[in-house]
Amino acid sequence: MSAHPHRELYQQVILEHNKNPRNYGPFPEATHTSEGYNPLCGDHLKIFLKIGEDNIIDRVSFEGDGCAISRASASMMTTAIQGKTVPETLALFEEFQNLVTGKLDPDRQPHHLGKLTIFSGIWQFPSRVKCAILSWHALKGALERQASVSTE
Amino acid sequence: MPMDIEKIRSDFPNLRVKVHGKPLVYLDNAATTLKPQQVIERITWFYSQGTSNVHRGVHYLSEQATAEYERTREKIKKFINASKTAEVIFTSGATESINLVMNSYGKSQLKQGDEILISEMEHHSNIVPWQQLCQENGCVLKVAPINDNGELCLDAYKAMLSPKVKLVSMVYISNSLGTVNPVMDIITTAHEHGAVVLIDGAQAAGHLAMDVQELDCDFLVFSGHKIFGPTGTGVLYGKADLLNRMPPYQTGGDMITSVTFEKTTYNILPYKFEAGTPNIAGVIGLGAAIDYMLDIGMDAIAAYERELLAYGTEKLGAIPGLKIIGTAKDKAAIISFILPNIHAHDLGTLVDEEGVAVRTGHHCTQPVMNHFKVPATSRASLCFYNTKEEIDILADAIRQAKTLFP
Ligand SMILES: Cc1ncc(COP(=O)(O)O)c(C=O)c1O
Repeated sequence: MSAHPHRELYQQVILEHNKNPRNYGPFPEATHTSEGYNPLCGDHLKIFLKIGEDNIIDRVSFEGDGCAISRASASMMTTAIQGKTVPETLALFEEFQNLVTGKLDPDRQPHHLGKLTIFSGIWQFPSRVKCAILSWHALKGALERQASVSTE
Repeated sequence: MPMDIEKIRSDFPNLRVKVHGKPLVYLDNAATTLKPQQVIERITWFYSQGTSNVHRGVHYLSEQATAEYERTREKIKKFINASKTAEVIFTSGATESINLVMNSYGKSQLKQGDEILISEMEHHSNIVPWQQLCQENGCVLKVAPINDNGELCLDAYKAMLSPKVKLVSMVYISNSLGTVNPVMDIITTAHEHGAVVLIDGAQAAGHLAMDVQELDCDFLVFSGHKIFGPTGTGVLYGKADLLNRMPPYQTGGDMITSVTFEKTTYNILPYKFEAGTPNIAGVIGLGAAIDYMLDIGMDAIAAYERELLAYGTEKLGAIPGLKIIGTAKDKAAIISFILPNIHAHDLGTLVDEEGVAVRTGHHCTQPVMNHFKVPATSRASLCFYNTKEEIDILADAIRQAKTLFP
């Protein structure tokens, strides 16, 4: 652990996404929504999705209250998954989950995380892992409802 | 006599721990307090030389363990000035004590339509058990409001009292606001309407002198781990005539006088409520914690903490944008606050880098957070081993964190 482990957590990119979150706020054409709630922190996030033909995420946004880590993670997630297919997104969820729990070393193992590797140090702060993963769980919830919808 | 803080601090080995290379600044005493060497030594003594079960053997160690365990009961009796030793029941903590009263007193004495009156500033442990009771037997839960200083609205509380209110259960000191409630007034007026009163003393027990005879409360609960004792220990005080009327809460060994398959006779107080092997080492350690506090003196502790509170309120209040949540006239040394632009969790993580331990979140008081329309606060909760220098370190750490969130 470096002398300033938290400074690693609060890098400029994260602070910037916290301050100016991308894809913020609901949009009317959303086909799926889901909420993520972390009762420990009171963090509350909502995810909005429009899934188009070929199972592609046409548009995604979020809104809600939360700490810098959860807001930045949600913001970066929306930019990362836009245009991806649902299976690709679910695969990315797995990779992100492994990253923030310290099971995936982005320097040694193959991955598709891109800029999301900024969250690689967070496994050192178990109570903050929940913040980083909150939006992803909400996303998964939204996608899984889609799965159940499509089997009807 | 002024307190010898250097000497006191040297009694707490946990204060010598370094966090991220910095000396620990422990400001999370409302969650749990650190333990003095004297408590640690008693527990070590029990496990290394005194191990035995209680109330069960004629052998030397068992007699000794029983005597030591019961000695703590005597100490607690004096500590809260109970009139009888049998009115002191050991539990695993304040939460279990409240649940005991709910299950035993509540289920046997309260019935459909009876009202239970709590306040808006209760800890979840003094809300959820009563909700459960209401669901089970049709009682009605009423909530006395607080004002924007975080004080109980005493007039509204009194107006809610009526012959229908059978139980009032209120916190002495709020863990998220620091408010010290006017418990004397609360209890007297509740009694005028015939209600039984439980006082949640979890945050009071380690910080001011409590006298159950003077207060005249019917039940008092607190946790050992918040008063410098071991985790998994707690106390339920109850007036003997009430406790005698109550059925056992858990059943098994120790709480009986005779068992046949046809009939079991329950043991007398307090054993009726202490089924099974209790936390013997913990209770013996708790005795040492009580001695430790009384050696310093509860009035000296309260006076010193008042000084810390005044200093902390001024220091933190001077930080631009910082808003203190909980500004009651009568306050304990608990300072909850919010900052614009910085979520409490980010602040908690950033001050941790400077070795400062504060609690962030809703502090198990979500209704309080709702009242102030905040998702979470940061909370510095002080006790007698804290210093003004530590408050300075917290204030500096907050200022530093603020630079990241302009
Ligand atoms: C006011 C109050 N009541 C009750 C409790 C519950 O105590 P315990 O968790 O030790 O049972 C707490 C603990 O935070 C508290 O602050």
